[in-house]
Amino acid sequence: MPPFQTLIDEYAAEVLAVCRGAVGRSDAEDCFQETFIAALRAYPKLDDDRNLRGWLFTIAHRKAIDHHRARGRQPVPVERVPEVPFADPEPEDGIWELVGALPPKQRAAVTLRYASDLPHAEIAAALGCSPEAARRSLHEGIKRLRKELA
Amino acid sequence: MSIAIDRLAERAAAEGLLDVAYTTADSPFGPLLLATTPRGLVRVGLPNQDAEELLVDLAARVSPRVLEATAPLDEARRELDLYFEGKLTDFELPLDWQLSRDFRRRALRAIARIPYGQTRSYTQIATSAGNERAVRAAGTACGTNPIPVVVPCHRVLRSGGGLGGYGGGLPMKESLLRLEGVLDD
Repeated sequence: MPPFQTLIDEYAAEVLAVCRGAVGRSDAEDCFQETFIAALRAYPKLDDDRNLRGWLFTIAHRKAIDHHRARGRQPVPVERVPEVPFADPEPEDGIWELVGALPPKQRAAVTLRYASDLPHAEIAAALGCSPEAARRSLHEGIKRLRKELA
Repeated sequence: MSIAIDRLAERAAAEGLLDVAYTTADSPFGPLLLATTPRGLVRVGLPNQDAEELLVDLAARVSPRVLEATAPLDEARRELDLYFEGKLTDFELPLDWQLSRDFRRRALRAIARIPYGQTRSYTQIATSAGNERAVRAAGTACGTNPIPVVVPCHRVLRSGGGLGGYGGGLPMKESLLRLEGVLDD
């Protein structure tokens, strides 16, 4: 196994971008920390070091799903449901920055579909909605990204 | 980004997942690589040694949980700075001897007891380590010393007074002996 620091040096920026896309800017660092701590914990027992990048991304996606599940279980009572993303994103260059700027449901759906490669049913389970609603969020998210990129 | 990575190293240490922390420190000879385990300083890489290779070796022989982190090495860096300024004669930081075994470890422990400003011969070290005939092995123990400078293998010379060898190159050995007043300026 290469020294763990090599993984941080090579993939930290990408993992942070995936976390931003999956859970939004304000919670991205938590997701990033959880991902690397879990990876560090499991690292010495890892059998195969051929696809460390893919391994890290899988963990990041799992952590993002955990995050959405935890939020689903603990709804925060508010007077009015906000219609804008809670993270107040500041778009920079790159597709993940645009994804990060999507409303939370769309953002999560797009990331889970394209970064984590999850099927609609699992996206729905992660988001705590019906597969149809997940498909709709994904569709809306993609439509919006197409418009932004056009 | 770098703040997130610093926090990661802190958290890894707090959760007992930081098996090997490393950093680099300036020295009059160039950058030193310092590596520590929770038990103590385990490796000092000299300026002429390939830091990348040393880290790969640590990952294989100690643990692959190797992270860059400065805080665990603050004390080592402080003592080394003072030593190079001529203001410290005895290192007090804890050492982790796990990279040497058996005869070599006994030889290195004997070397660690040579007082500042004094020298011993390879034969004397072999004798201290329990085998007076193992002079060549004592030389190998010096040559493979994982914690040079702190474990002062530069204080070991040939019986006739010749300098012998040094992993960091002979000019570095000579400078260290001059610093300690063994050789004249």
